[in-house]
Amino acid sequence: MLTSDLLIEILKNITKVIETNKQYLCDIDAAIGDGDHGFNMNKGFKAVAEKLDVVKDSDCGTILKTTAMTLISTVGGAAGPLYGTAFLKAAKVVDGKKDLDNEDIVKMFDEGIKGVIMRGKAEQGEKTMLDALIPAFEEIKRALDSGSSSPEAFIRATKAAHDGVEYTKTIRATKGRASYLGDRSIGHQDAGATSSYLIIKTISDTINK
Amino acid sequence: MVGIVIVSHSNKIAEGIVELCSQMAHKDQKIAAAGGTEDGRIGTDAVKILNAIKKADDGDGVLILVDMGSAIMSAEFAIDLLDNDLGKKVVIADAPIVEGSITAVVQASIGSSLKEIACDVKESKNIEKI
Repeated sequence: MLTSDLLIEILKNITKVIETNKQYLCDIDAAIGDGDHGFNMNKGFKAVAEKLDVVKDSDCGTILKTTAMTLISTVGGAAGPLYGTAFLKAAKVVDGKKDLDNEDIVKMFDEGIKGVIMRGKAEQGEKTMLDALIPAFEEIKRALDSGSSSPEAFIRATKAAHDGVEYTKTIRATKGRASYLGDRSIGHQDAGATSSYLIIKTISDTINK
Repeated sequence: MVGIVIVSHSNKIAEGIVELCSQMAHKDQKIAAAGGTEDGRIGTDAVKILNAIKKADDGDGVLILVDMGSAIMSAEFAIDLLDNDLGKKVVIADAPIVEGSITAVVQASIGSSLKEIACDVKESKNIEKI
């Protein structure tokens, strides 16, 4: 069960984790992109954290929609519309709900990822956040289907997202600024996949606390 | 007249293109810049773009010129946020931002439709410079 209070806690923890990893994400991005991913994400989630107090008693849909709208107007880079779309699509699934069950969680992830695919016109294997998100989502479904609890499912998803980030080192970028580098992007991990992994890990750490 | 919105990662580029295009524009032509982020960083902002679309619209629709990457995604997001009536009359141009903007403003100023302008602007991809 995921409550709106727990969702607020997750988002606050994501803000902290992104802030801690700001420079790390920028350094990864600088190797093959424009070097601002950590800085942009930190800007976005700091603004989200400020809005969370206003929506702390709202339903999960409102909390996620507020997160989405804040990210699109504060991040600046591609992560803004991509994560913004993911959170907005997830918000629609849980509109009006304060308590979410496993089915809601699966639907939120499914819609969120579909949103990223639609907005980024991307698919798995293109060195993007999808290379962390899709394996994580598939692991969540597998775990829940086999009777695991959602905290257990997220531990497995974190591992899958981490493996996904490692996989991005082996492939060539065809999307975003890194695609300008062609084969020279091979050997470097994708910054978007890394921030997606950090987000999945933070969800897991928060619900397993 | 069809309104024009210029979306760039850089506010200076967006404002500069508006300045450049205004030389060729009808006095009532609406051209709005949506460059950079609200706090002056390099980047794009879907809400800023949304406001520029509303500013540029006078009923005949709006053509958006974009530079690259997140400019396209943020522009698409802004269109999704519009109510259906206006949303249907906003198109993102598949064209280079400077040449496309000049073509768009000239065409819009002589009263071409959104569909005609979007088509002409795409042709600016083929302009040979040398």
